[in-house]
Amino acid sequence: MAQVAKKTFWQRLKLDLYRYRYLYLFFALPLLLYYIVFKYVPLYGLQIAFKDYRITRTIWECPWVGFEHFQDFFSSIYFFRTLKNTLIISCLNLVFGFPAPIIFALLLNEVQNSKFKKIVQTVTYLPHFVSTVVICGLIVSFSAKDGLFNDIIELFGGTRSDLLMSKEAFRPIYIASGIWSGFGWGSIIYLSALSSVDQEQYEAAYIDGAKRFQRMIYITLPGILPTIVIKLIMEVGSLMSVGHEKILLLYSPLTYEVADVISTYVYRKGLVDNDYSYSTAVGLFNSVINIILLVFTNTVSRRLTDTSLW
Amino acid sequence: MVVYKKTPMDHVFTLINTLLMIFLMIITLYPFLYVLFASLSDPNEFIAHSGTLLYPLSPNLDSYWAVLNNPNILIGYKNTIFIVVVGTGINLLMTCVGAYFLSRTGPMLKKPIMILITVTMFVDGGMIPNYLLVRDLGMYDTLWALIIPGAISTYNMIIMRTMFQSIPASLEESARIDGAGEWTILFKLILPLSIPTIAVIGLFYAVGHWNSWFSANIYLRDKNKFPLQLILRDIVVESEVDDMTIGAAFGNSYAMSFTIKYATVIVATVPILILYPWIQKYFVKGVMIGSLKG
Repeated sequence: MAQVAKKTFWQRLKLDLYRYRYLYLFFALPLLLYYIVFKYVPLYGLQIAFKDYRITRTIWECPWVGFEHFQDFFSSIYFFRTLKNTLIISCLNLVFGFPAPIIFALLLNEVQNSKFKKIVQTVTYLPHFVSTVVICGLIVSFSAKDGLFNDIIELFGGTRSDLLMSKEAFRPIYIASGIWSGFGWGSIIYLSALSSVDQEQYEAAYIDGAKRFQRMIYITLPGILPTIVIKLIMEVGSLMSVGHEKILLLYSPLTYEVADVISTYVYRKGLVDNDYSYSTAVGLFNSVINIILLVFTNTVSRRLTDTSLW
Repeated sequence: MVVYKKTPMDHVFTLINTLLMIFLMIITLYPFLYVLFASLSDPNEFIAHSGTLLYPLSPNLDSYWAVLNNPNILIGYKNTIFIVVVGTGINLLMTCVGAYFLSRTGPMLKKPIMILITVTMFVDGGMIPNYLLVRDLGMYDTLWALIIPGAISTYNMIIMRTMFQSIPASLEESARIDGAGEWTILFKLILPLSIPTIAVIGLFYAVGHWNSWFSANIYLRDKNKFPLQLILRDIVVESEVDDMTIGAAFGNSYAMSFTIKYATVIVATVPILILYPWIQKYFVKGVMIGSLKG
């Protein structure tokens, strides 16, 4: 053994490479190639945010322009607008969307009939499996002037309007449909945490005279608190990243003012207007903020609750 | 075991809770039922009708014939099936190969490679650098653009690795003594023992492929290569139904455009809905495995 320890790092590496040659050749190599080509090459490509990229030249040949694209973005009206919309939509989602699966899990946990519970679960998980295109298609059809939502509004004495074209209705529709499609599926992680709460605690509390609601608040809720905190860290860490897919399907120039978020702006600038460098700069700005937010919320959580993502 | 005695308040709570759960089920299911009823309804009656639908109005299959006679839908189906089958196959192969390497304890380079991979979960190049890469690799306007760049989901690979690691090392040692190489160990020993996990992950990938539209939207130009979801977007979200209502009498075509949209939604979602009751429990299992390892 003493001899092994005397070998230099490179000697050991050579031995290791030889000993595991098949493993490296047939397993590690394809894996590495995939990650280098499809994850690290795009990271290298991020430099076009600081260059003036033209499609006719390679990334290498394009001249550096420093922070010009970033400055352009910060001084355009889109900076404030997309930043504001991103934060508002995220915050609305945090306030209304985040608690929904938790409350649902707590209430579902109180259902004693296990067969009924299964049925409720099966039904409420369904929207998760339906594609974004279909869900947005339904929203578009239902929100149209002659759609189901307007039929209902009229029934209650309101007037018909094209809801998705309205600046007031866009965000509520976006948030509510998100809750609708996500509350069931989102509850799974909490239900699994709930199933590991010690049953003896309930019995002890019952003997001490705790009512059902009190047991829910003082035993069940603390039992899933670590899960809630982890989810909250991830949620706050992604405050600046609102997905583009659903918004792209729902918004229109009439609602850009309230619906255009950073990611949709990146898409329009980059892939509709073909302004690659500028769009990459905007996206990079967004990613940097995301990472800072994630590290920050994780640090705060580690200090306060000992719960951390890493 | 303590026997819980129920107070009257408990019964009231149970009742309200049960009603609430039933209400949530109705809210979740009704939009889909509405779509189903509308797609089966007579277009003119549907247009004249206002409010909720509780059954199809003069049920008939006209809208479905219009949808199934639309060549775009069939092209979309064909492309989507190709993407789901080939894509999921490549996903599983790459994910298993990667997870196998990462589940080994011996190789010195395992840890650095693991770090290299974990980093990519937090930073990525973003939309444009990825788009330029796909174009430079010559995959633009090919179905490979929807398959190869997403060949491995790091999250799924880590779930799979955790599964592989839980297989007792003694089994592997005895196989090695019998002269088994790496491929034999993976295919004859590890994979057969991990079939439930592989099924879950395969389903994750397959449903993801079936439902995906955005990559197709940015990487494909040729309409003959469009997957179903992209065709669906044109019909349902952008309301491009003209070529399907051509056969209908004038005046009828406006009414028909509504029921056709709903029929298209059903045609594109039915495979998922049929499989759903069976695959649902596997997915739940997948979320559990994932959350344990966090």
